[in-house]
Amino acid sequence: MVGIALAVNQIKDMFAVVMLAGIYGLVSASFFVAMDAVDVAFTEASVGAGISTLLMLTTVAMTGRTEHEASHKPLLALLVVTITGGLLIYGTFDMPYFGSADAPVHNHVAPRYIFDSMKEIGVPNMVTSVLASYRGFDTFGEVTVIFTAGIGVLALLSVVRRPKTDAAVEAINDSMHEKHLILRVVIKTMIPFILLYAFYVQFHGDYGPGGGFQAGVIFAAAIIMYALLFGLSAARRVITQPVVQLLSAIGVLLYGSVGFVSMLNGGSFLDYSVLSADPIAGQHLGILLIELGVGLTVASVMIIIFFSFSARSEYQQANKGESL
Amino acid sequence: MTMILGLYNYWIVIVLMMIGFYIIISHGHLIKKIIGLNIFQTSVFIFYISVGKVEGATAPIWQEGILLYSNPLPHVLILTAIVVGIATTALGLALIVRIKEAYGSVDEDEIQSMDNQDVISQEKEHQQC
Amino acid sequence: MLAHLPILQVIVPLMAAPTCLILRKPKLVWLFTLLASSLAFIISILLLQQVMQTGTISYELGGWSPPWGIEYRIDQLNAFIALIISGVSTVVLLAAQTSIEKEIPQEKQTLFYILYLLSLTGMLGILTTGDAFNVFVFLEISSLSAYSLIALGKDRRALWASFQYLIMGTIGATFILIGIGLMYQMTGTLNMADLATRLPEVAESRTITTAYVFFIVGVCLKLALFPLHFWLPNAYTYAPSIVTAFFAATSTKVAAYLLIRFTFSIFGISFSFTTLPMETLFLILGLLGIFIASTVAIYQDNIKHVFAYSSVAQVGYMIVGFSLSTHAGLTAMLLHMFNHALMKGALFLALAAIVYRVGSTRIADFQGLGRQMPLTMAAIVVGGLSLIGVPLTVGFVSKWYLVVAVIEKGWWWLAGLVLLGSLLAVIYVWRIVETAYFKAPIAGRHPVKEAPMAFLVPVWLLVSANVYFGIDTRLSVEVATAAAKSVFGVVQ
Repeated sequence: MVGIALAVNQIKDMFAVVMLAGIYGLVSASFFVAMDAVDVAFTEASVGAGISTLLMLTTVAMTGRTEHEASHKPLLALLVVTITGGLLIYGTFDMPYFGSADAPVHNHVAPRYIFDSMKEIGVPNMVTSVLASYRGFDTFGEVTVIFTAGIGVLALLSVVRRPKTDAAVEAINDSMHEKHLILRVVIKTMIPFILLYAFYVQFHGDYGPGGGFQAGVIFAAAIIMYALLFGLSAARRVITQPVVQLLSAIGVLLYGSVGFVSMLNGGSFLDYSVLSADPIAGQHLGILLIELGVGLTVASVMIIIFFSFSARSEYQQANKGESL
Repeated sequence: MTMILGLYNYWIVIVLMMIGFYIIISHGHLIKKIIGLNIFQTSVFIFYISVGKVEGATAPIWQEGILLYSNPLPHVLILTAIVVGIATTALGLALIVRIKEAYGSVDEDEIQSMDNQDVISQEKEHQQC
Repeated sequence: MLAHLPILQVIVPLMAAPTCLILRKPKLVWLFTLLASSLAFIISILLLQQVMQTGTISYELGGWSPPWGIEYRIDQLNAFIALIISGVSTVVLLAAQTSIEKEIPQEKQTLFYILYLLSLTGMLGILTTGDAFNVFVFLEISSLSAYSLIALGKDRRALWASFQYLIMGTIGATFILIGIGLMYQMTGTLNMADLATRLPEVAESRTITTAYVFFIVGVCLKLALFPLHFWLPNAYTYAPSIVTAFFAATSTKVAAYLLIRFTFSIFGISFSFTTLPMETLFLILGLLGIFIASTVAIYQDNIKHVFAYSSVAQVGYMIVGFSLSTHAGLTAMLLHMFNHALMKGALFLALAAIVYRVGSTRIADFQGLGRQMPLTMAAIVVGGLSLIGVPLTVGFVSKWYLVVAVIEKGWWWLAGLVLLGSLLAVIYVWRIVETAYFKAPIAGRHPVKEAPMAFLVPVWLLVSANVYFGIDTRLSVEVATAAAKSVFGVVQ
């Protein structure tokens, strides 16, 4: 991995750099599996290696492929980095050793998560119980972060669609997409399976790795694949802009509403035990609903972000075509 | 010797972090900065996850008969952090697209000199008034 | 519902944000946002009252007790700052719709309000939470919305300023994440009160020292403490004017809160100030910030730049108070946070009004404005006087308490330096006053009308607060003293 990072530093061809960054993400994901962090590996692979690489490639396509020579000497940067790195290494000397079972982290808060979560929440995947219930508020914050990014990208990149640009865009799309027949057929067959897998991951997250985030990203990936092959306007006819924006808002609101209902039923915010007569059933219901909210918002925001990038790119191309 | 065995994992992660950090501050190309940011953040994630690992344990999903599990808390934190990372990356890339449109370049030095030029020419304009 | 106030403080703006997306029309969204912000303000008042009477409030989210669940912990310190933030937010919103009519395109106005609410949510979330990782999550909410809001500015330099802020801010946030990670590794907990109990056992370790350094460096980046302040001047100058008015009064205060909370309540004074030479370091950096930033401010052409650098200098004053590590020093710092919010809020809001009418913020374009926009310029004059520290304004109150705290330590030379800093402020404020009142308007330009009521009302609300709290200091001093005491009281 050090090799990949160093290569990213040296290479000037941005396309290669982005690909390397994607590989870095994938290798990290495998590392996470080796570290028993299966949920994290899942998320890193889909988000870090998937979506991230996609967005970067789109940006490179819009900004140019090579990097210019740096004009200033790297001495100051090297100094800062050496001091920071040195400080961190200094800090490692009193750490508990890697993998040791009697480190503080394993003996204070974790035992209850590991041994009692089955009793208290009834869900085998401990990561899901911590994520969705014990620390459910953090996850609410996380959904809000993703929502913020979606709104931010919309604020930055959304274009007002005019009929003239639309026609120019359609022309570009049609000419490009007639060529890739094999891809189109294969993708058309794959998309339903991917969508199904997304639903599986969404609802099976209690029992195995998975949950709202991963499901949302996979769902969005399917839609993005469709858009890549069949053109943005075709995808937009299926998933319209106002609908997907509304869905992203609904996801966040759903999550918050579960919290509100808990409060109305006498518990504190996001206390699922009061959602139903049996606390365990309440936990299951709460987790189901909030994971749904998460999946909804993540999927819609990923789609919004991708659509915004694509639309901007088409807008640039159409304008270039006009001015020529 | 045991100390090196016990800690070398963390040292490698620190090296990765520093390479990422170095890329951010020494390169002028904006997308490379974002990639450097990604590498930096992903390395921090690797650090957190390494903290949670227990020797000889398995993934934190309850199974009958298994008693030794790795710590689920770092996993939860990093799941959140990954999402935060992609949110930042998406915003950063969107900014880069707009900057390219407005400045015609995505190189830090070129943009800075364009801004300095703007200031100089504005001053000249107002002196003429 | 009263028991749920702590969480409602954050949930109200948080849920309001996506709801705006459903509402669509900008004017309606504006009213809704104003409503949400006012609710948040009312909640913060109620919370402060409750805390002043009964002491620290604890709220368990999800029904799980800490440290397994996330806890919200309200004491005098964060209730005070939440009051400032939600108050300024509401007042600034009064002028928002009028201001953005000219600065942000129609189709993006709804998005603006959503981002504004998210920014408010993020800041309030950082203040009210009692969990270290939760701080990180809400820090990122406030940061991401800030980057987007700044980038909405008309000038293309807004985009570049936003990007630079994004890079620096994310490095800072990642440093904070590293700090939290190291703390967690050594203590096994994320709950702030729990950390405070468990850290003394491991405080001697090099890991914790490293954790502290990384965390504090990350916070200082957000705080714009010299020399990590580079993102601030451009970000404040090129953002939409109403955004600057909001941020100038709020974002650095939240970072200052984190500094106080982690240094005093969690790591503890003995660790923070004796193990590491923090006193000296912060004092030097604070002083450098005051003098260098004030000097740079004098040479700026663009008034927003002048006041942005002035803000960096004011952070310097706060840090000088902080570095004293005494009860009096902390009280002075908190007072200055309150007063600075009022000062800069009023100043930047008045500037927003000028941008609305004149379209520019260059000092040269201010010629003759004293006669054409008398009420607005008068507001700037009062704000400027407050910055300098003239008696009868809040600026005087903070400087007074700071000087008293410094003299208490016996450092007369420092008191002299503080007063010297005020002299520099006189210079850059005078430049503006001179141009506006003593120079004739530029020939050939259209005469400018006074700012509309939408601006005048909130501006003069803040200006009057400047004068009122400068005379009747009971509220601010009482709360600041109580907050400082509670923070010191927690330390072993």
